[in-house]
Amino acid sequence: MTDRTSTETLNRRRFLGAAGLAGAGAALSAIPALAGETAKSEALITDVQDWQRYLGDGVDKHPYGVPSKFERNVIRRDVPWLTASAESSVNFTPLHDLDGIITPSGLCFERHHGGVAEINPADHRLMINGLVDKPLVFTMDDIKRMPRVNKVYFLECAANSGMEWRGSQLNGCQFTHGMIHNVMYTGVPLKVLLDEAGLKPNAKWLMLEGADSAGMNRSLPIEKALNDVMIAFAMNGEALRPEQGYPLRAVIPGWEGNLWVKWLRRIEAGDQPWQTREETSKYTDLLADGNSRKHTFVMDAKSVVTNPSPQAPLKHKGRNVLSGLAWSGRGTVKRVDVSMDGGRNWQTARIDGPVLDKSVVRFYVDFDWNGQELMIQSRAIDSTGYVQPSKDDLRKVRGVNSIYHNNGIQTWLVRSGGETENVEIG
Amino acid sequence: MSKSANALTLMLAACLLGGTSGSSAAQQMAGREVAKPAVKLGLGRVATAEEIAAWDTDVRPDGCGLPVGKGTVKQGDDLFQEKCASCHGEFGQGVGRWPVLAGGAGTLKADRPDKTVGSFWPDLSTVFDYIKRAMPYGNAQSLTNDEVYALTAYILSMNDIVKDEKFELNEKNFTSIKMPNAAAFFEDDRETSEKHFWNKTPCMKDCRPAPKVTGRAMAIDVTPDGKSGPKVE
Repeated sequence: MTDRTSTETLNRRRFLGAAGLAGAGAALSAIPALAGETAKSEALITDVQDWQRYLGDGVDKHPYGVPSKFERNVIRRDVPWLTASAESSVNFTPLHDLDGIITPSGLCFERHHGGVAEINPADHRLMINGLVDKPLVFTMDDIKRMPRVNKVYFLECAANSGMEWRGSQLNGCQFTHGMIHNVMYTGVPLKVLLDEAGLKPNAKWLMLEGADSAGMNRSLPIEKALNDVMIAFAMNGEALRPEQGYPLRAVIPGWEGNLWVKWLRRIEAGDQPWQTREETSKYTDLLADGNSRKHTFVMDAKSVVTNPSPQAPLKHKGRNVLSGLAWSGRGTVKRVDVSMDGGRNWQTARIDGPVLDKSVVRFYVDFDWNGQELMIQSRAIDSTGYVQPSKDDLRKVRGVNSIYHNNGIQTWLVRSGGETENVEIG
Repeated sequence: MSKSANALTLMLAACLLGGTSGSSAAQQMAGREVAKPAVKLGLGRVATAEEIAAWDTDVRPDGCGLPVGKGTVKQGDDLFQEKCASCHGEFGQGVGRWPVLAGGAGTLKADRPDKTVGSFWPDLSTVFDYIKRAMPYGNAQSLTNDEVYALTAYILSMNDIVKDEKFELNEKNFTSIKMPNAAAFFEDDRETSEKHFWNKTPCMKDCRPAPKVTGRAMAIDVTPDGKSGPKVE
């Protein structure tokens, strides 16, 4: 059988930025012959290929489908030096390999604090206690008998781009921006469950708690809980993946991912926040003056060009598609601007596909490239009028030690050979 | 259920009572705008006191949720060396990339801040709550309440917040201990302090001088290469 994987892998590796490509002139394809001109015949067309002659797999081969073997490089990746243990760590969505707005479930980045809890849904219980009229316990069957909603939301880790505060560090948008995913959730508005238990009037905060070995817990203001928070059991039409909280997770639209407690087992109502580890020692933003901002729940508007990017360099002169993602925790994305010259001049990108509240949007710029060096940037503008700031403007107000909530404008340098790299500009 | 679970139930009951005391039915109605009673679906069942005690181990800065118990710095030191030091180091200095628990005082404005329990954490209750629910890593919820008090006392000692190794931490003196960095936290104010990011007319033409590259990720060279991902069958 003809197998082009090895050739394709080789080509991909040649373009992967980290492999010391500086100066290595990547071959750009020549402009193909136009209709009517002389062209060389391709054996791919003139010869009968194996897949055209022989039978392929039958319907019994893959009861649960998986991507083509030619897509085997499209995977979540981690950065081993970041954390002490893979069970309390993070991996990254391969944004440069994806399109549209929905992240495939198996490529949604993972962040765990004590590994993936493996729970039989028949053994899962959700308790609501604290400042309620009647503390209750629900089974998964109970929850699936409640009125359902379907919503598409992005989930971004507050630490997304957190390694980039002091300057360009990781060479790939998978690593700089890949702690985000965007899926359709099916579940029950949290208000439905809270109404069953009956909130006491002095219930101002909830504490959400996971059933994992970290017992992940976070405090959530009641106004948000009653507004648009969901308790979800499905993503992209099927049960949640184990690593995304199977069988039950919290969905806190527009707010930092750490609040979206997975393997959700308990909700306690109280009259003040709990000041848990994840809302004090972590997920607080240390500023240059030594003070720390807390309860920074909302994810500011942000965008990134996913193609070209270091893992997805330009391969052709002439016609090209620039593509990217934009999102805002405050509402919808109103506009995305793209610059090819490091922020000197901007043009408005074309948004295609659904524009939904607290969901990513997909944007494109169709352009011709003659091989000149580009400094590509994108900036999102949301429905509240917030404009994504430059990295320097963000550093002016935050310093470089806040780790979280880095939504500064990313710059990709595209070299004349098409290689693309993560740079800081000044 | 154990005695400690019963004690916990009592403590929780006290917290809830404290939260609601003094509010009449009329005030309750005024306190919440959603006055109309919600339609009940009749799903779920009542949680038992024993179940609540088993899961509701959380502790707040005001002491709400603290179980009855006690432990000394000395006891905590012994336990720490046995159960915690392999990751956190003998004195909380951290091994490899595992969390550093002690030191770092005065470094929060430095170029490389050292955020430890002593230098950064605003509330002691967080230490108790977290150890109780999540430590030791890989063997969570295996410590008794007395052991959690002892370990919390030792962490205070390694940060010089208590000086006497005979010091005993318990549910009565717990809230009297203040953490050094407690006053340095403030509520999210981005919508006022960063108001200039809301800009009706972002520049489109000739917005800045020609940019120069000032830093390159490739020069740092810490990105995993394309082969580093897990093998996919």
